[in-house]
Order: sequence, then structure tokens, then C-alpha cells
Amino acid sequence: MQQLISFATDYSRYVLKGGTKFYTWMGSLGVLMLGMLYVFYLQNTEGLIVTGMTSQIHDGLYFANLVFLVGVAAGAVTIVFPAYAYHHEGMHKVAVLGEMLAITAVIMVMMFVFAHMGRPDRLWHMIPPWGIYSFSSMLGWDVMVLNGYLILNFVCGFYYLWCKYTGNPINNKWFLPLVYVAIVWALSIHTVTAFLISTMPSRPMWFHSMMPIRFITTAFAAGPALIILIFLIIRKNTKFWVDDSAIKLLTTIVTWCLGIAIFLTLSEVVVELYARTEHANGLYYLMFGLHGLTRLVPWFWSAVALMVGAFILFLMPSFRNDFKKLVIPCVMAFTGIWIEKGMGLIVPGFIPSPIGEVTEYYPSFVEVLLSLGIWAFGFFILTILLKGAIGILLGEIKYGGQAAAAK
Amino acid sequence: MTPDKSPSADPAQEKPSHSPTQAASADPSAPGPTTSRRGFLKAGGALSMSSLMGTAALMTQSDDAAAATEWAEHFQKNYRLMTDAEKAEARTRLERRYSSEYGKKVTVDTTGPQPGVLMGYALNIRKCIGCRRCVHACVEENNQSRGTRPGEKIEWIQVLRMERGEFAKDKMNQGYPEGLGIQVGGNAYTPAGQVLEGQYRYEPEAVPEKDATYMPIACMQCEKPPCVKVCPVRTTYREADGPVVIDYNWCIGCRMCMGACPYWARRINLTTPVLPKEEMNPVTHYLGNRPRMRGVVEKCHWCLQRSRQGRYPACVEVCPVGARKFGNLLDPESEVSKILERKNVFRLKAELNTFPKFFYFYD
Ligand code: SF4
Ligand code: SF4
Repeated sequence: MQQLISFATDYSRYVLKGGTKFYTWMGSLGVLMLGMLYVFYLQNTEGLIVTGMTSQIHDGLYFANLVFLVGVAAGAVTIVFPAYAYHHEGMHKVAVLGEMLAITAVIMVMMFVFAHMGRPDRLWHMIPPWGIYSFSSMLGWDVMVLNGYLILNFVCGFYYLWCKYTGNPINNKWFLPLVYVAIVWALSIHTVTAFLISTMPSRPMWFHSMMPIRFITTAFAAGPALIILIFLIIRKNTKFWVDDSAIKLLTTIVTWCLGIAIFLTLSEVVVELYARTEHANGLYYLMFGLHGLTRLVPWFWSAVALMVGAFILFLMPSFRNDFKKLVIPCVMAFTGIWIEKGMGLIVPGFIPSPIGEVTEYYPSFVEVLLSLGIWAFGFFILTILLKGAIGILLGEIKYGGQAAAAK
Repeated sequence: MTPDKSPSADPAQEKPSHSPTQAASADPSAPGPTTSRRGFLKAGGALSMSSLMGTAALMTQSDDAAAATEWAEHFQKNYRLMTDAEKAEARTRLERRYSSEYGKKVTVDTTGPQPGVLMGYALNIRKCIGCRRCVHACVEENNQSRGTRPGEKIEWIQVLRMERGEFAKDKMNQGYPEGLGIQVGGNAYTPAGQVLEGQYRYEPEAVPEKDATYMPIACMQCEKPPCVKVCPVRTTYREADGPVVIDYNWCIGCRMCMGACPYWARRINLTTPVLPKEEMNPVTHYLGNRPRMRGVVEKCHWCLQRSRQGRYPACVEVCPVGARKFGNLLDPESEVSKILERKNVFRLKAELNTFPKFFYFYD
């Protein structure tokens, strides 16, 4: 118990220590979070009318971000898997950072779920024994696997840090099996998210079995791309050194997952547009516009340009091996996938509507601000989690260590 | 004009006396189970007491009542899992709140499905003249939101207006290698059956218009409803007598059902519905047309407040050409059963295996 208290106090004391750079960063995130609180209040008193959603297009920016972030959470497995299954040295050192990212992403997903619901105050209806759990609903499963993933990563990540902190050996008897369960679980969360939308025959654009594999490949491109960026920032700003080998392996994973994702997208385009049935209208709207409505066309083509461009850059050794230039394709891949899998996938699923109605959707200021706020909140927790974890990995937070120093 | 072998009220209960032709709002005091009526009388007493104390006092009083009611409503169970006593309680609570909110006696019916009844609907596609009276009657009967801001106006029925004359001479030469250079037919450029936003809200001067055909749609009350399958909290479900209903007090507004419905039958209340006091229809059913709240989904339920009392849904009653038919599918003598037996019948999007109980026919 005493160890636990000192863990918490040491941890927070370490996290709170920081230069002006750190406080400016956290402060600006805090401002965005305040904005988020305001618009969330607004949305819950006025209703969803303050968003751009309608009865025709009833899932928008929130749902898009939700789907994308589940991918980021699943993408963390690209660190944990090589670390534990292949005993990759460089990865093993940083595996816990991946778990911290997963925790953050799942928390953000939950916040987007709250933002998305028309009646967030009734969410307890999903939780037995007070509410009802429906086994036939994909959303029910999604919430369940996400929560499971959160718990798994929380237990694995913090148990590891705890052992480092106290200096106790890790009990591999249950730790390793749990890690393997978490790896498989990561796949399940994104598969269920894909099923969430691909099991609706009323929405032809989503109704195909390629969705889960496309989701996994884009997740394993976007997730590690973000992780590479984070690692590069860590290398620059802290004493902690992420091995080159870890970043190189992640780069390889991003490249080939991105390649497969592009290939799958291409296949879909060919299949849909060759015969160009009525069911292809959603995709057609996305690529070229429909009935003169073209709002998403620039989004789609920018996503294509970003993803293909990033893939080409990743293939070039001068970019791949130069960690300064590596930032560019990583940012490109991340944004490209965010566009493609977010607005580019969710919104055209509703255009045209099942009765053939063509309408458009634009996120309102409230939606943009709320989404920004949730992202800010995500980076806020991520900073806290990563900073503490690094402190422990470096040995700067240690049981008895600081107490002794203080005396 | 009652539907043949109509779903009649429980004999143990007092039979409501309204005739099918009576306007919906004419009889607000439709009697219910005695227990709840006693509660209702008590509430009415409290109400008149407070009205003696002046409007301001009434306002505060009703505010308190509303707050207390909302609190209780917030923690009530899913309607299907409630015991009869709990249902009666919920009913009294709602009747009291709605009555004070709308300034008239509001009844909330809780009549359940009657044995031996499976409701069905048939529509003569040839007869529809596109007057959209069904749409307006439905809005009035079922207390839909009347607002003017986008998203505040809710209509459950749409009468899709489709252009006739797809093929035209002047299009003959269109479609020669163009764009990608592939030959397509000249008349293939106009998409059939597509509507732009709100095109089903047309206001013609005279109906039927010469160059249009009409396709009315609403919830099909599917036998295998995809909307029910995806609901994470089992808010929406199929009743034993057929209609798919929603417990508005239990819906979390996740809109999964709206995504799954192949007929675009569901609407989300983006904000608190705009329902003027004087236009509110006080004869309501718990699973039917009672006033909805912000953030929940709603749709057609074949006017449960009427059909469970042996009356036709409002749209059937109002249709000037008699294109709409309603009745018991299990009764071979009912009008719908006879139509299914004798006419050319089809269902929409049959390939999706939703088995609508809404049939289109022509003769
Ligand atoms: S038409 Fe739509 S809302 Fe109605 S039962 Fe079928 S799926 Fe559900
Ligand atoms: S919006 Fe309501 S009725 Fe529809 S699936 Fe969600 S909880 Fe169920």
C-alpha cells in the first residue's frame, strides 16, 4: 500500500516537473479542452442540432474520428507483437510506450462515443445489470472489446512499470499470456469496428467483406506512423534513447501495410466502378461527386495523393533511413489515412440515402471544436503517460530513490 | 369502416367508445386501467388546486412535478421488462406530466398486443395521386416536430415523386464516346428513381401531376427488422402483433438503427421537438405517438394508439382515393389478406430479406 502511494506521488511529481516548453504545450492543450467542455455542454442542452448531422447523414465527424482512433489503438500492437513474439530487442525496450498509446487512443474513442450519442446520459442502459446488453448488436460488442482492450493494456503497461519502479522481477507466468491475449485482442477491436459498419446491407458502400482487412492494414499504417513521430520527439526531447532498429522495423511495417491498403482500395474502386451499378453511387460521389454535389471530392483525392506519395517516399532509402526526413512521409500517411478512413469512408456511406436522396454534410463549428478538444485531451494524457513511463524506464522514478534523495 | 376482425381491446378493460371516423383529438379522456385512473384523478386534483393559486404558482408547481417526473423517468426500466404495476406507474407519471405541460388532459395508452392479430398494410401504387395528405395527417396524429429550422421538421411518410418519361428522343445521340470513351446509351444518363434533398416535400398546385408517378414509403414494419438487430440496448423491438416499436425513454440515440434501415424510415430528434400546445394530440400510446424528447429516434408505428383500439391508422383514414388498406393478416377475411390473395403484390427491396409487412399492389 505504501509502495502504491509513493508510486503515485513520485509519478505525479515527476510528470509535473518540466520546462516552459512543457507547460506551454500542456497549457495550449488545456485551452482547447476548455473549448471542448463548452461545446459539449452546448450540444447536450441544445441537442445534436448544433452539429451538421441530419436524419439523412446521421454519423459525421465524431464517428469518423472514432473509427480512425480504434485503428490507432490497434496499431500499438505493431510494437508489442515484435517485442514479445520475436523478442526484438529495440522494441522490447519501448513496448510499454505502445501500451500507453493504446490506453490513450481507447480513452479518446470513448470520448467520441459520448460525443456521438444523442442521449449520452443514458449510456448506462448498455451496462448490465442496470441496463441491457445486446449480443446481436455490433455496437455492444465494440464497446465491450474496447473496454477489454483498455483494461488489458492498463494492466500490462502499469504492471510492467510497477515492476521497474519497485525493482521486483516480472511474474512471467501470467504477464506473458496476458500480453499475448492483448495482441489478439487488438485485432479483434478493429475487426469489430469494421463489422460495425460493414454489416449493413442498406449501405452498399460499406457492405463488403474487405472492410475488416482494409481496416487492419490502414490501422497498422496509421498507428505506427504516429508512433514513429512520437519516438522521434522522445529522442529529441528526453534522455531516453529509442533504438534505430525499432524505428526501422516500424518504418517497414508502415510501408507494407500502406502498400496493401492502397492495393485494397484500388481493387474496390475497380470492382465498384467497372459495372458502375447503383450500389457504386457512394463511391462515385466520393471520387467525382453526384448530382453536382462535390464537397468530399477534394478530400478523397488529397487522401489518395497523401497515401500514394507517402508510400513512394517510404520506398526511397534516402527518406527511409534519414530520421529527419522520415517525419514527412509519416505525417503524410497519418493524415491521408485519417481522411480516407474518417470522413472519406463514413460520410459517403450515407450518400445517397437508401431512398436515393442525395444531400451533403459539413461538420459545424461545434463538431470541429469538440473533436479538436478530444484530440487535445488525448495528447494531454498521452504526454502524462509517456513522460511518467520514460521516467521509470530511465530509472529516474524509483522506489525509495527520491525519498532518499530528499532527505 | 372498422378493419375486419380488428384488434379489439381487452374485454376486461372498459371499451373506448370512439368511432373510427372520430377525430383523434376529440376524445382525450379515453379510459384506462382503474389503478392509473385513480392516480390520474389525484394528479388532476392537484393541478386544479394549484391553478387556483395563479399562473405563476402553477408554473412552479408544474416545474417541480416535471423535475420529479423526469428524475423517475430517468431511472425506469426498459418498457418490455416492466411489470404491469410499473407500467401503470410510468403511465400515470407521464399522463400527469404531459397534462401539465400541454395544458390539456393527455392519456397514455398502454394496451398491449391482442392475440390472433398480425397487422398488415397494403398500398395501391396505381391509385396514389401524390396529394401528401397522409403525410400531414400523420404529422398531426403522431405529434411530430413542426419546427422550421432544418432538422426540426419531422415527417415519417415520404411520397417520392418520380418523373415519368425516362426515354426521350432528344437524348438519342447522347452517350457516344465521351469521357472515358466508352459507348453508353443516350437515355442512360438520367438516373432513375433518384431524389435530391427534400424532393419528396414538393407542393404541387394540382394533383396528380401529369408527368409524375408516386411512391409513398414509411416504416415497413419488417418481419425481420435489421433495425432491431443492431440496437445495442434493445430499445426497438417487434411487438407480438407486428409493428416495430421504440421505447423512447430507453433509446440512447446511437443511430445504429437508422444506419441499418434500408427504407430510411427513422428520424432522429436533433433537438427538443417543436410541438405547439394547441396542436398536440392528447390521445397517445406509450410506444406510439406520445411526445418525444431530444436525442431519440422515432418512426411510424401504424398508429398504435388507434389500431390497438380497433381503428385505422390516420393515413388510411385520410387517403382520399382509398389507396391505403390496413388489417389483420391472420384473418383470411380481412381486406389485406384478400389483396395478398388476389392482386399483384410486391415488396420493396425484397433482396434484403427484411420481409416487410407493407405490401404494394396494383390491379
Ligand atoms: S422499415 Fe426500417 S425501421 Fe421499419 S422495421 Fe424495417 S428496418 Fe426497422
Ligand atoms: S438510436 Fe435508439 S433505437 Fe436506434 S439503435 Fe440506438 S438505442 Fe436503439
